[in-house]
Amino acid sequence: MALQSLDIIRRSATTLPEPAIRTGTGDVTVAKLIDTTKCIGCKACQVACMEWNDLRDEIGTNVGAYQNPHDLTASSWTLMRFAEVENTKGDLEWLIRKDGCMHCADPGCLKACPAPGAIVQYANGIVDFHEENCIGCGYCIAGCPFDIPRISRKDHKAYKCTLCSDRVAVGLEPACIKACPTGALVFGTKEDMKLHAADRVEDLKSRGFQNAGLYDPPGVGGTHVMYVLHHADHPHLYSGLIDNPHISNTVRLWKGATKPLALAAMAFAAIAGFFHYIRVGPNETDENDETRAAEEARKLTGPEKRP
Amino acid sequence: MSDTHITDAPGHSTGEAGQGSPQRRDTFVRYTPNDRTNHWLTAIAFVLAGLSGLAMFHPALFGLSSLFGGGPWTRILHPFIGLFMVGAFIFLAVRFWSHNYMQPADWKWLRQYRDVINNREERLPEVGRYNGGQKLVYWVIVVCLAGLLLTGIVMWRAYFSFYFSVRVVRLAALVHAFSAFVLIISIILHIYAAIWVKGSVHAMTRGTVTPGWAWKHHRAWYREMIHAANSRSRPD
Repeated sequence: MALQSLDIIRRSATTLPEPAIRTGTGDVTVAKLIDTTKCIGCKACQVACMEWNDLRDEIGTNVGAYQNPHDLTASSWTLMRFAEVENTKGDLEWLIRKDGCMHCADPGCLKACPAPGAIVQYANGIVDFHEENCIGCGYCIAGCPFDIPRISRKDHKAYKCTLCSDRVAVGLEPACIKACPTGALVFGTKEDMKLHAADRVEDLKSRGFQNAGLYDPPGVGGTHVMYVLHHADHPHLYSGLIDNPHISNTVRLWKGATKPLALAAMAFAAIAGFFHYIRVGPNETDENDETRAAEEARKLTGPEKRP
Repeated sequence: MSDTHITDAPGHSTGEAGQGSPQRRDTFVRYTPNDRTNHWLTAIAFVLAGLSGLAMFHPALFGLSSLFGGGPWTRILHPFIGLFMVGAFIFLAVRFWSHNYMQPADWKWLRQYRDVINNREERLPEVGRYNGGQKLVYWVIVVCLAGLLLTGIVMWRAYFSFYFSVRVVRLAALVHAFSAFVLIISIILHIYAAIWVKGSVHAMTRGTVTPGWAWKHHRAWYREMIHAANSRSRPD
């Protein structure tokens, strides 16, 4: 989105406050709730995403599995992942999960990004990439706990799900939500979505899924895309959904307080040099050194052979 | 030491003391034209790699990317400049490798850093072609550049990052930033030492130093040079 927004709460590689005049007036955050227990794997959401965002991925190859494309790409911002899991009773469970950006409250991509304003977080919780500011370094990929952003081979910019920030900004729900035929996808305020999820979880528990629950991982401050899972105690069953995602400590160390400290140390080194020169002064060679050098040379060479 | 020689017999071209000749007595060749070219190619590449890297290091320095044609161009150019720097430095490192073995006297020299920074050179152990500080900077650069090269390849999203797991890329990013930090501090020290010890910049720009300079700062090297000149002039 290139239009100016005045409700930004975080902006990548920016140390001063963001344009946030509209924030703080009883903000409500939004969320998409993905109910994996209602999903039939029809991929209408994938199609709706392509259509609204006007994306056409390259045609891949069929390897005999339902999952198509095989992975998220710069042109496929959402993807149904199909996992065939054998449960403890020995029955097959087909766990289908719509993958895509989770819109973390504490976004690792934004933390890692070195380009000012290439990644922003709106007051409503959406984390959005502004590709015109993207430099294509791929640090967002390293920063993301969910392996979501992809760099396009075409233009070397990073892309991912925008949670249809353009639609949401004008009061519409994301395109994928519109397309879902089973009600597995719902969209609303995060509070409402949690309440809705609580009803769903209760229902699932009454049907024998004792470990049903909401996936809203606290390690990243919660997410604005949440899952209802039949097996919330084992998120990884759903094609490797991260059990306890958080921004990697390596990324925190790389992008945390160490950077300003390192910068200060470099400045200090230069300033220390300057003041050493001012206080102690240069180390110079004078006539005396030349004379003594000549004396020593004479001694070493011996008295003979003086021209 | 084959690349170092004395342009003339010491004390010969000087005009003896008292003659008050204004001419410089830069009779000791410290760096050959090839040494100097190699050094400055590395130095220029370091400055460019440093500025473009710092642009991506901290938001406060992102403005440096304007020097390279904007953010994407900075991202594109930085790894190539880095490769060039490493390539240039490899030649420099080979050239100076054997001069930089740390000796016990070098560690003693380093321990007496108080005398070093207060210009009390007469109290320090005798120094060969390079002193302990110079040798330390040399090895720090060798290690940092090796680290920057390896981690830089891992971080190079356009060509290589997809060969590595995200954990490895994260670690590479951290080590890359840390190595660059250590390298920059070392080079600040290196540059300041050249400004501080008068005659050093002349050595690396024009190639020569005066006998007095060599005698004062690198006495063991000075003696070697005299001996070498001696043995060259004896046969005739």
